[in-house]
Amino acid sequence: MTRPAVEAVEVGKSYGGVAALTAASFTATAGEVHALVGENGAGKSTLIKILGGRVRPDTGVVRIGGNAVSLSGPQAAHDLGAWTVFQELTLLPWMTVAENLLLLRETKGATGLISRSATIRDADALLARYGVHHIDPRALVEDISLAERQTIEIVRAVSNNPQILFLDEPTSSLVEREVEWLFGQIRALRTQGACVVFTSHRWAEIRSIADRITIFRGGKDVGTFTEIDEGEAVRLMTGRRVEALYPPLPPMPNAAATALEASAMSGPNVRGVSFSLHAGEVLGVGGLAGHGHRELFRMLFGDATATGGQLTVHGKTRRFRSPRAAIAAGIALVPEDRKTEGLLLRMSVRDNATLVILKRLTRFGVLKPAEERRAAQSVVDSLRVRTAGISQPVGALSGGNQQKVLLGRWLLAECQILLLYDVTRGVDVATKHEIYELVLKLASEGHAIVFYSSDAEELAHLCHRVLVMREGVVAAELHAPGITAEDIVSAAVRDHLAA
Amino acid sequence: MSASTPQTVLMASGARRSRTSHALVQNVGLVLVIGLLAACIIGYCVLFVVTQHRFPGGFELTSTLDNTMPLAFAALAQTLVVLTRGIDLSVGGVIDLTNAVAAQTLTGGPVATTLWTLAILLIGAACGLVNGVLVAVGRLQPILVTLATLSIYQGIAIRVLPQPGGAIPPGFTAVLANPNWPTSLLYIPVIGGLWAIFRRTRLGVAVFAIGNDAMAASSHGISVKRTVILAYTLGGLASACAGLFLAANATAGDATTGDTYTLTSIVAAVLGGVSLFGGRGSGLGALFGAFVTVMVVNILFFAHIDPLYQTFYEGLFLLAAVVSANMIGRAVRGRR
Repeated sequence: MTRPAVEAVEVGKSYGGVAALTAASFTATAGEVHALVGENGAGKSTLIKILGGRVRPDTGVVRIGGNAVSLSGPQAAHDLGAWTVFQELTLLPWMTVAENLLLLRETKGATGLISRSATIRDADALLARYGVHHIDPRALVEDISLAERQTIEIVRAVSNNPQILFLDEPTSSLVEREVEWLFGQIRALRTQGACVVFTSHRWAEIRSIADRITIFRGGKDVGTFTEIDEGEAVRLMTGRRVEALYPPLPPMPNAAATALEASAMSGPNVRGVSFSLHAGEVLGVGGLAGHGHRELFRMLFGDATATGGQLTVHGKTRRFRSPRAAIAAGIALVPEDRKTEGLLLRMSVRDNATLVILKRLTRFGVLKPAEERRAAQSVVDSLRVRTAGISQPVGALSGGNQQKVLLGRWLLAECQILLLYDVTRGVDVATKHEIYELVLKLASEGHAIVFYSSDAEELAHLCHRVLVMREGVVAAELHAPGITAEDIVSAAVRDHLAA
Repeated sequence: MSASTPQTVLMASGARRSRTSHALVQNVGLVLVIGLLAACIIGYCVLFVVTQHRFPGGFELTSTLDNTMPLAFAALAQTLVVLTRGIDLSVGGVIDLTNAVAAQTLTGGPVATTLWTLAILLIGAACGLVNGVLVAVGRLQPILVTLATLSIYQGIAIRVLPQPGGAIPPGFTAVLANPNWPTSLLYIPVIGGLWAIFRRTRLGVAVFAIGNDAMAASSHGISVKRTVILAYTLGGLASACAGLFLAANATAGDATTGDTYTLTSIVAAVLGGVSLFGGRGSGLGALFGAFVTVMVVNILFFAHIDPLYQTFYEGLFLLAAVVSANMIGRAVRGRR
């Protein structure tokens, strides 16, 4: 009965000298729903990629159905009945929903050629069978929402009748009702004797569906449990107590000047957002993915045009047409995707840190190298950037340290208003703690900070106020002290639950 | 399947767009290039009547079609590669080489001519195969690989046929580019049909899939290497067709005659709505794009534009066409 369906034994994987997995082991049996939990960077996604055949392990053994396997690719996993829904979706944007659903198993006509109309018809039937009636199989994937894409990805994997199904954070872009639907599919698979392995950050979901839980920390497993309470799980995941991860929130300065005031800002995906931000304040922005945070940040940074509303910066009405204008007004953005949106990875820490203040470091247009070095070194010292030296390429630094370099760049530029967008995503716990300290230190020095995070716990502990966005509007405003992650999540999904 | 188990209904169906509306929006590039071709034909006829005081007739039709066929094949070759998010600068070189080989070998009777024709097609495919292997297995950038092989194929072509010449058998010309009646009217539907078949094969789907997102395609079990190699090989085959049609049309060979096709094939593909970012477009669009490209040259001729300035106006036209197609495309997609 407890036949192992999938086993990982001491699996290790390194990327360019950085270990993503050191020695990860777990066993999941047929008819079991098994959750892999751990902090970002604990190695869960890497493990799922290895099990799905997308990445080859450096060390260790993977067994599927009791046999040690060396997967040459996703196809090899499929042949063994193992299907994966990867975290970064794998749909093809300019092809139709039907083509995506039935890729490599398209319906052929009498001529032996793929029949488009039959493919559409079969895709429609497939969607209907899984209770997904609202997605048009003729639509292009790029035109459907993120949640719909996730749904399609799940339907595709499930409809292959997997013996083993791996799901990497399948619920991160789903709302309550869609999560319920997914769990319905998972339970059906379990009833049929399949093994489902999934990762999630949402404790309530894990508790409601998982039979067993394996906790990962720093690239290895630290235990498998059938029953464990959240506090204990967090302690195992982070290696520290919840309270110790977050530094105490400094009090808001009394009668602080208003740094930034938005009134009724509107634009793509954002409708009538108003708030004011004071010097020394950390203003959190939370909510589910795809509800307008990203667009709001881009608008504040001049990277997207506001169609309505007004922005006042340090008492002056502003209308930014480019990030350049926003930077000149003292606004800086640290994006989540520092690799593509902020840093020049192949250039040195020095070049990256001083990029926007080059003008100040030149005489008659010629750079003064000593001053540039001094400026860059001050960033490394004050933000405790762990680097071999300022001439090291930024790409060689860990994620959290890259984030610090980017932050340091804006501090050198003397930006007073910092827009931090999911800056701790994919950052290890120790560096996270340092970033938290840094954020609060910057606030107490008088910087005004807008802090978006996909992690509600983080918002609850680090922010003086939290704006919860839902469908482009501010659905709730929560005030410290006493904000909890549950408050934020429930404000973010309230309407969906009621619907 | 689990059809018998009761399933949770996620959401009931809502209003759907009609099939035609989907087709129009998703093929806006094709619709635009057909419109552009119609406009070019009308413009051409008007200019022709104004300057020649008669309507264009059978001769004009035949010569226009025969002049277009090589570009139509070259554009198809380019499209196959561009769809995989690559680019093939060696199209001109392959045309040079196959054209030169045709001039040297197509001199005998029908049997020898047929055999050599097949051999020339294989040479083109081999050229494409080399490109594909270097790109897919060598993990080199397509633009670098094909820039290098362009020079190499050009060099071999010169070696094969140092001086323009050769005598293409009249029978060969009569089949491929008969000056007396528009044989191409047969070939165009054949090319269109072949494309429609290609699009409905696993390979066709795979070509589009890796152009969309190679990483995602490989997660679905599509072999990226194999698909890239086959796309370049088929591209080489199409370029060889261009070389053969060119030889038939000119009734002789020239080892430099294909050089201009590298760039015009890209122009035709882009006019036909093929995205240089890969994954979007169609061979049919490229076919129409080739006709537009040739018609523009014809229009410039009858408008008495100094041939010295011809490229200047071609450039202006290309820019105008691409900018307006972009705006219309965005408007259509944004309307929903």
